[in-house]
Amino acid sequence: MRTPIAYFLILSSILFALGTVGVLIRKNALLIFMSVELQLNAVNLTLIAFSRMHNDLNGQVIAFFSMVVAAAEVVVGLAIIVSVYRRRQTVDVDDARGLRW
Amino acid sequence: MPLDNVVFWVFAPISIASAIGMLVMRNAVHAALFLIVNFFTIAVMYLLLDAPFLFAVQIIVYAGAIMVLFLFVIMLLGVDRGVDGREPLWGQRWIAVALAVAFVLETGFAIRAAVGLSTRAPDGFDAVNAAGNTQALAKVLFRDYFFPFEVTSVLLIVAAIAAMVLAQRKARAVTQAEIDAEQPFTAPDPEVVA
Repeated sequence: MRTPIAYFLILSSILFALGTVGVLIRKNALLIFMSVELQLNAVNLTLIAFSRMHNDLNGQVIAFFSMVVAAAEVVVGLAIIVSVYRRRQTVDVDDARGLRW
Repeated sequence: MPLDNVVFWVFAPISIASAIGMLVMRNAVHAALFLIVNFFTIAVMYLLLDAPFLFAVQIIVYAGAIMVLFLFVIMLLGVDRGVDGREPLWGQRWIAVALAVAFVLETGFAIRAAVGLSTRAPDGFDAVNAAGNTQALAKVLFRDYFFPFEVTSVLLIVAAIAAMVLAQRKARAVTQAEIDAEQPFTAPDPEVVA
């Protein structure tokens, strides 16, 4: 493997930043959720890059757990979005302001 | 130029371009398809980092299961049809981009200081993966992480039940207190109940 580890880390940092931009500029709850998935993937890439750098499989196992937890999180999150949509007929996060007087 | 370098420089721009494509798409289905492309390129990065098992898991779980679920929900709700006319928060956009650039610069300096831009991965990962990556990963998973693994299975069952409870359409049961409180001639509007 001749590619420097830092390249993978920088790629993952760029992907994480793009996911952050998506969370900040989108109003559609589904697209915000997709951006969060992008951030999760960027962090997984970092974990696996460090796992390779230190010749240690623990990083890969943690990334595996993170994928499983992300799958559970997606299922519950999408169910919440579906139930919010049934109640309000919208997935715009600005319309869900029940906590604001 | 070594082969894995070529693969990296082919797939890294695709990865970043597909992430940007996801951000600028108006249509939610197009954004989801760009995200699938991005997940595939990240899977290729896992292959370059000698993690073939996670490469397969990434494609099966993320590009397969999770994105199918996303597309299913997008089409179920019908939010792909022109709801997003006022989608991006234009005023916030430039602040977000500035913060993202600052984040990348900051992490870039941190990576240069801590890892070094030309540090290559050490040899000897083949020894760690002696019997194959999947076997080595299984050994670590079932020996050192057995309890977290079992807790994860409980988490998945709880998530599946929670999704069923949250997404089912059936009306909930009426409690005795609500029956007592209800006035005989002010039955709720069926439109509201539905």
